[in-house]
Order: sequence, then C-alpha cells, then structure tokens
Amino acid sequence: MHLRWRYLGLVFLGGTVGTALRAALELALPPVDLASGSRLPLTTLGINLLGALLLGLLLEALGRGGLDADGRRTARVLLGTGLLGAFTTYSALATDSVVLLQGGAVGVALAYMVGTVLFGGLATWLGIVIGTALYRGRNAGDASAAGEQR
Amino acid sequence: MSPLLFLAIATAGGAGAAARLYLDGVVCSRLGGAFPFGTTIINVSGSLLLGLVTGLAMHHLLAPEWSLVLGVGLLGGYTTFSTASFETVRLAQAHRYLAAVVNGMGMLVASVVAAALGLWAGLGLG
Repeated sequence: MHLRWRYLGLVFLGGTVGTALRAALELALPPVDLASGSRLPLTTLGINLLGALLLGLLLEALGRGGLDADGRRTARVLLGTGLLGAFTTYSALATDSVVLLQGGAVGVALAYMVGTVLFGGLATWLGIVIGTALYRGRNAGDASAAGEQR
Repeated sequence: MSPLLFLAIATAGGAGAAARLYLDGVVCSRLGGAFPFGTTIINVSGSLLLGLVTGLAMHHLLAPEWSLVLGVGLLGGYTTFSTASFETVRLAQAHRYLAAVVNGMGMLVASVVAAALGLWAGLGLG
C-alpha cells in the first residue's frame, strides 16, 4: 500500500494541515522560560498529549467500525497517519531534551522526557476508551432507532 | 513570520509525513509487523537529523528560515509521537509488556542519544 500514490497524496495533505496547526500553536505559545535560563517546551508537550488522545480515539473508533478498507482506510491515512502523525512530533521531544540536558537542567529534562512518554501512553489509552464508548453509544442509538421504526 | 515561510513549513511537514508512510511501508514489508520497527527507525533518524539541523543553526551555518522549514516542517512531520504511543499501548494491551517498555522507553533513549550525536556533529562542523 505504501507504493500507492493515492495514499501518499492523502498523507501529504493531512501532514501539511497537521504541521500547520503545530507551527501555529508553537508560534502563539512559545516555550516557557525557566529560572535556570532553560526553556521548557510545554506547547510541544500539550500537542503530543492531545494528538495521542485523538489518535487513540480515531483508530479505536475506525477499528470497531469494520475492516480497514475504503472510507475507513482513507480516514485513517488522511487524519491518523497524516494529520495527527505530523501534528505530533518526536524529533523536537528528543532535541529539546538534549538542549535542556546540555543547559544543566537535568531534572527538568528527565521529567519532560519520561512525562511525555508516560502521560502520552495514558492519553492514548484514554482516547481508546472514549473511542470505544462513542462506538457503543452510536450503536446503541442505531439499535433503538431501528427498534422504533419496527 | 511571512505567510510564504509558514506555507513552506507546512508543506515540508506534508512531505515529511509522506516519507514516513513510505519508509514505514518498506520496513514493515522487510521486517514484518510483529514489532513496530518502522516508527522507531523514523523517530531515531529524524531526531539525529534535527540535532544536526539545530547544531548547524546554532553556528549560523543554516539560515533561520531553513532551520524552521527543515526542523519544524520536514523533520517535525516526518517523526511522530502519536503513532509511537499508540503502538506502545497496543503492545501492552496484547500483554507484550517487555516489547511495550522497549518501544516506549527504548525509543526515547535511542532518540535522545541520536539527537545528541546530531547536535554534536552539527556543532563540530561549525
């Protein structure tokens, strides 16, 4: 599937929008200056946690909806791999951590690194739980609507 | 920031995301999908390159505009946190706890070491 131009185009489109959203947020909310002179990238942290939650929600809802084909696959590639994939970032997490370490803010760097990964996992899990609940809610709604029609 | 620079950053991110899809597909077809090697390779290589870009920018060997297009755009869109986190949670849900820890913490340590090497190389070139 990776050789299909259609999916590369979808990911390019979603990735462009995701990167634009990330860049706009980073511009609007610059890193927080710490007393030690280091800069804590709280905006990147927020972006990564929000994106992790939304990806968990999206993939769980799509996965429960049926096979990964047609519209569901288009949504997964455009919104998941493209938009949320590019909205969140790992290279900035790694590089900002190194800059914090280099500046002597070891405790802050370790908290930022481990905190992102742990709370990111929690956010993903929360997204999956919400995705499951939404899917069940929608299905229950469909079932009762179908019942009323009978 | 000029609208043109913002647009360049965004489209560079789109190109990075497309490169991620392509590389992940190649890695998955070679190594199989049992462990998410693709995302690990992407995030570690992207961190190395962002370290390099940051080092070069610190020494003014790279114009600030280029460091934004390459760093925030291309490499920001190429690497991803959400997919990495999702794959870690999926491994844990499958009771593959060691694989989950390796994917979560191993990728973090490897990416930070790679970014440090990139930064060191970038500063060394200056």
